[in-house]
Amino acid sequence: MAFEQVLQYILSGVTNGSIYAIVAIGFNIVYNTTGIINFAQGEFLMLGGMTAISLSQFMPLPLAILFAVIITSLAGAMIDFVFIRRLRNPSVLMMIIVTIGLSIVIREMALHIWDEKVRSLPYFTGSEVTSISILGAYISPQVLWVLGVCGLMVLLLGLFFRYTATGRSMRACSSNKTAAGLCGINTGNMVTISFMLSAAMGALAGCVISPITQTQYDSGTSLAIKGFTVAILGGMGNSTGAVVGGLLIGMLESFSISVLPMAYKDAISLAILILILFIRPSGLFGSREESALKEF
Amino acid sequence: MLRIRNLESGYGTLRVLKGVSMHVNPGEIVTIIGANGSGKSTLLATVSGILRPAAGEILFGGDSISGLPAEKTVHRGCALVPEGRQIFGTMTVKENLILGAYPARKKLGRDGIKAGLERIYGYFPKLKEREGQLGGTLSGGEQQMLAIGRALMSGPRLLMLDEPSTGLAPIIVKAIFRIISRLRDEGNTILLVEQNARAALAVADRGYVIETGQIILEGSSGELLNNNDVQRAYLGKDYKSISE
Repeated sequence: MAFEQVLQYILSGVTNGSIYAIVAIGFNIVYNTTGIINFAQGEFLMLGGMTAISLSQFMPLPLAILFAVIITSLAGAMIDFVFIRRLRNPSVLMMIIVTIGLSIVIREMALHIWDEKVRSLPYFTGSEVTSISILGAYISPQVLWVLGVCGLMVLLLGLFFRYTATGRSMRACSSNKTAAGLCGINTGNMVTISFMLSAAMGALAGCVISPITQTQYDSGTSLAIKGFTVAILGGMGNSTGAVVGGLLIGMLESFSISVLPMAYKDAISLAILILILFIRPSGLFGSREESALKEF
Repeated sequence: MLRIRNLESGYGTLRVLKGVSMHVNPGEIVTIIGANGSGKSTLLATVSGILRPAAGEILFGGDSISGLPAEKTVHRGCALVPEGRQIFGTMTVKENLILGAYPARKKLGRDGIKAGLERIYGYFPKLKEREGQLGGTLSGGEQQMLAIGRALMSGPRLLMLDEPSTGLAPIIVKAIFRIISRLRDEGNTILLVEQNARAALAVADRGYVIETGQIILEGSSGELLNNNDVQRAYLGKDYKSISE
C-alpha cells in the first residue's frame, strides 16, 4: 500500500473516530451522573444538525449553530423534567428503557417536522471540493473543524469534571446518590445539568459533522450504536478511553475497507462490541477495580 | 439544639417509629441504643431528611426541619454519617472530603476547604496517607473515618452518627470512639446511634433506649449503665451477675 493511501485511510479513520468519540462522551456524561445509558444520545446529534440547517436559512451559520445547541440542550432538559424526574423509585434498567422509547419518539417527531429528505449544513470553510494536502493525502478543511471541536470538547469536559464544584458533584451523584444528597447536593438538578450538557455537546457535534456525513431524521441511530461501542471499549464513563476507543474503531473501520467489502464496515464495530463484552467488560481504560465498585 | 416530638415514620405503610420524643442539648453526646430493627436508623434517616416523617415534629435550633429533603437539612447544619458509611467509592479520599464541604463551599472558600482538610487529617492521619486513593479501596475502618471526616467538612452544628462501630475490629472501634469524645471536648454536639451499648454509653452524656419504635428508657449514661434492664438486654449480663 502506498504511503499516501495509508495516510488517507488514517485521516478518514481519525475523522470518523473523533465523531464516535464525541457521541461516546455524550453517553459518558449522563452515565457519570445517573448511572444510566441514554440511548437517545444519537438523536441529540440529529436534532442539533437538523435545527441548525433550518435556522441557517434565516441567520448566519455561527448564530444558527449556537441556537441549535441551545434548543437541543433545552430538549435534553425537557427529557429529564418530563420523564426521568417523574419516575418513582426508578431502577437503572427502567430509565434506560425510557431513553430507548424516547429515541424512537424523537426520531418519529423529526420525520414529521423535517420529512425524510437528506440535508446538510454548508461547509464551515470552503466548499465540498476544497481540500488541503497533508503529505500527499487530501482532506477537507471540515475534517479539521471536526477534530478541533472534538478535541476542545474533550479537554474542557475533563477539566470540568475534575476541577469544578459542579463537575465533582455530578460525579458524586453517579458514585453514590444517597451520600450525594447527604452532602447537600441537589441530585435532581445534577441529572438535569448532565442531560443538558450531553445534549449540547451532541448538538454541536451534529452540526460540525453535518457537512461531511449529512443529516437525516434517523441519522442518530447508527451514530448511537457506534458511540455506544466506543464508550464500552474505552470503559464506560472514561473520556480519555472514549477518545482512544473512538480513534481505534474509526481506524479499524477505514482500514477494513482495503481488505473487506465496504458492506462489512458497520459489522466491525458490532463485532468489537461483542468481543469486549466477552473479554474485558470494563473496557480498555476502565479500571477493573473501579468497575467493581459500580452498580452497573 | 434538636428536639423531636411524637415522631412517626417508616417505609411505605410500615410504621417503624411510633411516637418518638427526645432532645439533644448543645455540646453534649447523646446516644440512642437499641437492638436490630428497633428503629434507630429510621430515626436518623428521618431527621436527616432521607425519609419523610408521617407525623410529629422535628425542631433543629428552633426551626422545623420536618420533611425537609436531605440536601437542605445538611445546609442547615445537621450532618449525618450514614449506616454502612456510604462513601463515594469511585472517587479519591480527598475528593470525598471536598464534597463534604459542599454545603459550606461558598462560606469557606478555597482556603477554608484547605484548612478543613488539614483539620480532618489531624483527626485521622491515615486519611492523609491515602489521600489519592479511591474511597472504595479503603479498609472498613478507614472508610468509617472518611465518612466521619466528610460529614465534619461542612462544619455542622449537629453531627449524627449511625452505628459507626458496625463490622469494625475492637481496636478501630476504640480509636473512632476516642475521636468522638474528642469532638465533643472541642464543643461539637453529637447524636450517636449504636448497637454497641457499652462503647456508646462510655462516651455519651445521656442516652435513650429504643425498642420497637418507642423510647422505653432515658437517663444519664451512668444511670443507664447501672440499670438492670439495660445491663441484661444490652450489656450482656445475666440475671445472676446482676443479683450478686
